[in-house]
Amino acid sequence: MKNFITALDLLGKTMMRGMEEAGSIAVLFVSVVAWSVRPPFRLKDIVKQMEFVGVRSIFLVVLTGTFIGMVMALQGYHGFRMFGAESLVGSTVALGMTRELGPVITALMITGRCGSAMAAELGTMRVTEQIDALYVMAANPVKHLIVPRMIAAIIMVPMLTVVSDFVGIVGGYFVGVHLLHINSGVFMANITKLVDLNDIYNGLVKAAVFGLILSLIGCYKGFNTKGGAEGVGRATTESVVLSSVAILVSDYFLTALMF
Amino acid sequence: MIRLIEVHKSFGPQKVLDGLNLEIERGKTTVIIGRSGGGKSVLLKHVIGLLKPDSGQVLIDGVDITKLNDRELNEIRKKFGMLFQEAALFDSMTVGENVAFPLREHTKMKEDEIRDTVAERLRVVGLKGVETKMPSELSGGMRKRVGLARAIALRPQIVLFDEPTTGLDPVMTEAVNQLIMDTQRSFDLTCVVISHDVQSIFRIGQKIAMLHEGRIIACGTPDVIETSDNPVIRQFLAGSIEGPIKIM
Ligand SMILES: Nc1ncnc2c1ncn2[C@@H]1O[C@H](COP(=O)(O)OP(=O)(O)OP(=O)(O)O)[C@@H](O)[C@H]1O
Ligand SMILES: [Mg+2]
Repeated sequence: MKNFITALDLLGKTMMRGMEEAGSIAVLFVSVVAWSVRPPFRLKDIVKQMEFVGVRSIFLVVLTGTFIGMVMALQGYHGFRMFGAESLVGSTVALGMTRELGPVITALMITGRCGSAMAAELGTMRVTEQIDALYVMAANPVKHLIVPRMIAAIIMVPMLTVVSDFVGIVGGYFVGVHLLHINSGVFMANITKLVDLNDIYNGLVKAAVFGLILSLIGCYKGFNTKGGAEGVGRATTESVVLSSVAILVSDYFLTALMF
Repeated sequence: MIRLIEVHKSFGPQKVLDGLNLEIERGKTTVIIGRSGGGKSVLLKHVIGLLKPDSGQVLIDGVDITKLNDRELNEIRKKFGMLFQEAALFDSMTVGENVAFPLREHTKMKEDEIRDTVAERLRVVGLKGVETKMPSELSGGMRKRVGLARAIALRPQIVLFDEPTTGLDPVMTEAVNQLIMDTQRSFDLTCVVISHDVQSIFRIGQKIAMLHEGRIIACGTPDVIETSDNPVIRQFLAGSIEGPIKIM
């Protein structure tokens, strides 16, 4: 009985902490929205972040997207062959990429590469008093640091998703047509027949939401860092874990809403 | 004028400021001394609203800044410049961009004016032509001087210096002291300086305040402090191990 109560107590506390954190993240989000519509707009900062999130992640996204498309073709082929439906491999890859794996894999890769970097950068700025210095100079850190990062992520994650979708299908085509000898006409015909423009749009909406999530959480964790280099490390790890979980969970609900 | 009234501040169980009272006069340089870890930086952060007291008031020109919202606080902060103990330069920006930051943020200066102003501010702290370097490429003392240049870039009315000369060589120490005195005099600034360096204290201080165990135990002109028979002050100035300031 006593153990049970202790366990319940612990569960309650954990949940309270989770709710509290969700609350503070929501508060931060509101202030980001408020500051993002208030001039002056710092295009230079946004472009710099877009370069970091977008341009410099292209190689990573191409690499992961291609392999995901390839493995889907391979798996699909072995499955569909059992009932002679190899012709569906192409559309499976295309649907899987555009609806699900393009946005999700891209978002997870960008979380690892950029969400973590946001947490580390802001965390370092916090512990070295650079954020205090902004306050002292009557400059708002949310406006200066968080707004450009979030705008960049919300724009660039969908862009990268387009790249990922494309190379995924190319990878699938390569495996399906060249290695497994599916007829190329059949492969392509099924894609155009079964994949709707809406599939792509919805995938991109997901990607934008994921971009918001990973940048908001990365910035939140960094901004609230406490305690030296160790604190920065903790903020970075926590931001990656929390973002990844949030992306996968929200993916389910977004899918349920959209399709 | 700056007044702190009955300011209390604790971090968890640790009491740092314990009913502190201090009056800082306009147009003068007040030096705050006290043992390392005694709460001097914490005190300075209360003056500019980075930390809020658990209880007590912080009055800037008669306004209690502990009661202000962010926007009102920002208006007050525009009067201030601050040099942080570790300089707190933005490490993603060059030295030049760091010094230009407050100018870009709060003035409508054109790019070439900004460039000239930045060059001039860096020249007075003895750092000519380092604009394009990154803060990580500078030595600790150089970073501190860039922080100084940034703090006075806007010619604020009140400047807070957290250990401006710690980590500088004797020549540079004297140069920075001179700089503080000159700017103070020519712009009639209110300066608050934290310092450990006994020579500098008496060189630049027009008022000296001693922080001990969370309170200001003495505040007066350099002569008064120098001839004080308070054992805490005597020990601090003499740098002796024996006395009321416990080493641990
Ligand atoms: N943000 C904070 N959280 C918790 N404790 C803090 C914080 N800031 C300061 N302290 C504690 O308050 C005390 C006073 O710190 P402070 O930095 O003001 O000392 P100081 O007088 O400036 O010392 P020094 O001369 O070495 O710079 C220290 O014991 C420190 O551990
Ligand atoms: Mg200090």
